[in-house]
Amino acid sequence: MPPHTDALPDAALPDAQPAPSGAWRRLRHELKSPPVLLALAVLLLVAATALLAPWLGTVDPTALNPGSRLKPPFAGFLLGTDAFGRDVWSRVAYGARVSLAAGLGAAVVSVATGLVIGVLAGWFRWLDGPIMRTMDAIMAIPGILLAIALVSVTGASLTTVLVAITLPEIPRVVRLVRGQILSVRGEPYVEAALALGTPLPLLLWRHLVPSTVAPLTVQGTYVFASAMLTEAILSFLGAGIPPEIPSWGNIMSEGRMYFRMLPGLILFPGLFLSLTVLSVNLLGDALRDALDPKMARRL
Amino acid sequence: MAQQQYTPYPPAGDTSGAVLAIRNLSVEVIGGGQRVVRNLSLDVHAGETVCVVGESGSGKSVTSLAVMGLLPEGALRIAGGSARVEGEDVATASPRRLRELRATRMAMVFQEPMTALNPVHTVGRQVDEVLRLHRRMPSAERRQRVLDMFRSVHLPDVERLYDAYPHQLSGGQRQRIVIAMALILEPRLLIADEPTTALDVTTQKQILALIRELQQKHRTAVLFITHDFGVVAEIADRIVVMNRGDLVEAGTRDDILARPGQPYTRRLVSAVPSLVPVDRPAPRGEPVLRVQGLGRIYADRRALWRGAGRRVVAAADVDLTLRKGEILGIVGESGSGKSTVARCIVRLIEPSAGRMLLGGDDIAALSGAALRPLRRRIQIVFQDPYRSLNPRRTVGDSIIEGLLNFGMSRSQALARAADTLGVVGMSPDAMRRYPHQFSGGQRQRICVARALVMDPEVLVADEAVSALDVSVQAQVLELLEQVRRRTGVGVLFITHDLRVAAQICDTIAVMQRGRVVETGAAATVLTRPSHDYTRALIDAAPGRGWDFRNFRPLAAGATPTGV
Repeated sequence: MPPHTDALPDAALPDAQPAPSGAWRRLRHELKSPPVLLALAVLLLVAATALLAPWLGTVDPTALNPGSRLKPPFAGFLLGTDAFGRDVWSRVAYGARVSLAAGLGAAVVSVATGLVIGVLAGWFRWLDGPIMRTMDAIMAIPGILLAIALVSVTGASLTTVLVAITLPEIPRVVRLVRGQILSVRGEPYVEAALALGTPLPLLLWRHLVPSTVAPLTVQGTYVFASAMLTEAILSFLGAGIPPEIPSWGNIMSEGRMYFRMLPGLILFPGLFLSLTVLSVNLLGDALRDALDPKMARRL
Repeated sequence: MAQQQYTPYPPAGDTSGAVLAIRNLSVEVIGGGQRVVRNLSLDVHAGETVCVVGESGSGKSVTSLAVMGLLPEGALRIAGGSARVEGEDVATASPRRLRELRATRMAMVFQEPMTALNPVHTVGRQVDEVLRLHRRMPSAERRQRVLDMFRSVHLPDVERLYDAYPHQLSGGQRQRIVIAMALILEPRLLIADEPTTALDVTTQKQILALIRELQQKHRTAVLFITHDFGVVAEIADRIVVMNRGDLVEAGTRDDILARPGQPYTRRLVSAVPSLVPVDRPAPRGEPVLRVQGLGRIYADRRALWRGAGRRVVAAADVDLTLRKGEILGIVGESGSGKSTVARCIVRLIEPSAGRMLLGGDDIAALSGAALRPLRRRIQIVFQDPYRSLNPRRTVGDSIIEGLLNFGMSRSQALARAADTLGVVGMSPDAMRRYPHQFSGGQRQRICVARALVMDPEVLVADEAVSALDVSVQAQVLELLEQVRRRTGVGVLFITHDLRVAAQICDTIAVMQRGRVVETGAAATVLTRPSHDYTRALIDAAPGRGWDFRNFRPLAAGATPTGV
């Protein structure tokens, strides 16, 4: 008897469709809300400022001009000058480069490192204990203190500051990835792939890592925002970016002395910083709502 | 399908005497307007058990929720008709009134007792709460009443059990607690939605007997929702068959089971597996897999001191021989170790003892890279078709994954996958689609195809039909049978359901607490069991008194146990 005759009637097929597109649909929905659009616009503006800093009416942000110290804003200098006569607008525009680089760098590096470590911890049971205890230890130290300690040991340079603000973010990513891997590794489709002889690296890449993409994207935006803040705090405390490189943090730090005379020295970089962080967080929330409908508020 | 006009008795309109009278009840999806229950009418009288039977999506559970006033808010609503409990219409009752009705007039027992109980309170307190809220009674008297109720649902050692938390009890005990909670206010109507589906057969038998007993004592009307015709045959006075929201047929138990009027009912009933073993020749193929002394121990690794950890013997001294073209069933209740054995054989877990000879190689001894060639020769199909396929990959990619792993070119692999899809009765077009586009039965076929495309010597089916509706179940069983005949693959068929095993297995091994207690030809094991446990399992199999395929009760002497 031929094996595939009418004995098996339920072979009516649905139409070919693209992969589950719910996330994209929800993302488009999220993008329509005004706060999210505004946040996107702010981010684009800040990014453009950073990229195009040399062409936005700026001068050399490190050029000292003793002749025009502590000038008020909107009088010859857009945002005024600081105690050394440096143009504040130029410093803020160039500072955007450092802040965004710090945020983006920390987000990318911590997500990438955390992904690798998290997958290892989630898959290899014998690695789980040592890795997670190490992460617990890192998390037990307040991020700022850890960063200050790192910077004071190795000396302040852009690289060490980046390392110092990235390191405290890694454990959170590792926990997230590990949890996701643990919940997916028991799925029958993973076991089926194992039974089909799929080599381990391919198995991890194909069947386990994709499930971490959505939560990692969201986590990445939060790291972005928090790293920018950490960088500013470090610079403000004098333990961050070397003073010769302008960053929002050290502009504010240097402006602190003259706050009563010229509030703009702190207000302008501060405004840029808070708007950027707020926008990134808003975007992160929108992403979370789109990618993780269970967490989303009711529409 | 022609809809038979349902004539409830007493005739429509007259709802006197019926504890529950549903008339022309329709439930629709809010927003969509699509009706999931259409014009349903039925009566349940005092002391009577009415079974609502149907496959998934038939609307049987929605009906029960509608009667309880528990339709998910914002998703479903009653679009028309009435459901009167002792004359009072729940469709129009206020939420406040519904709450009162739910406590005192009607009660519900759900499928999963663990989720129906609050894990952070003792069970005694939870049952007591029902009394506290609805009866004015001194607390000592309430406690006495709860203990009495516990005794009447046959719970052991009730004083101690009163202070136990749900997780400390067995599944059967938990369901007894839930039943006690439902019945403590002596409702006139009990709605039981698949109350025994999550339980082992022996426990199921006790719970069904308990419901029967309490019902007779209190003359409770019982509306029993189930997909299992075996259970229906055991307990129903009358049966209502539903399909996709419509009432297909209603009648007394013997009417429906022996003389079904509608073709749908006929198809459904005849697909129900019965315990009567199918006559088949003894398998004479060469042994492909010999398992000798297989054991698996789970040790609690978190123990701080070596040796102090708890050790659980999941399987011990398991001997099995699987021949070419044979279907060997491993049968047992939850915790019997049957799945552990299956996973050891597929080497998803490592056995702690014993040998597994596949051809000439001992596959128990292999590990790491040496295991990979073996993967091709043993394949597995899992229980849950919704989780066995990676939702992010197309069906085609899933099926050819194994072939690509063993170095076949993509075009060759795709051609072979298309062939194999034909074998399982699906069109090759399926390959470009994603798993969520298929029904459970179709997905299970895809899983079978994914296993078969590797051309394995051994196919392990771990509860592969347990999650499917009976008619789909019958199709997948038929498919396995065809595959076995066509390819000569040896099938290791793991199931908790003796009735399914009776339909498809040549040989049956019965497992209890990690050990094989009886092995033999299916017909022998099922008709002349030698071990007490096997006898208990057969005895507990629901519907064993009916030969569903031939629409007749089995003659008293011909019951499988002969007892």
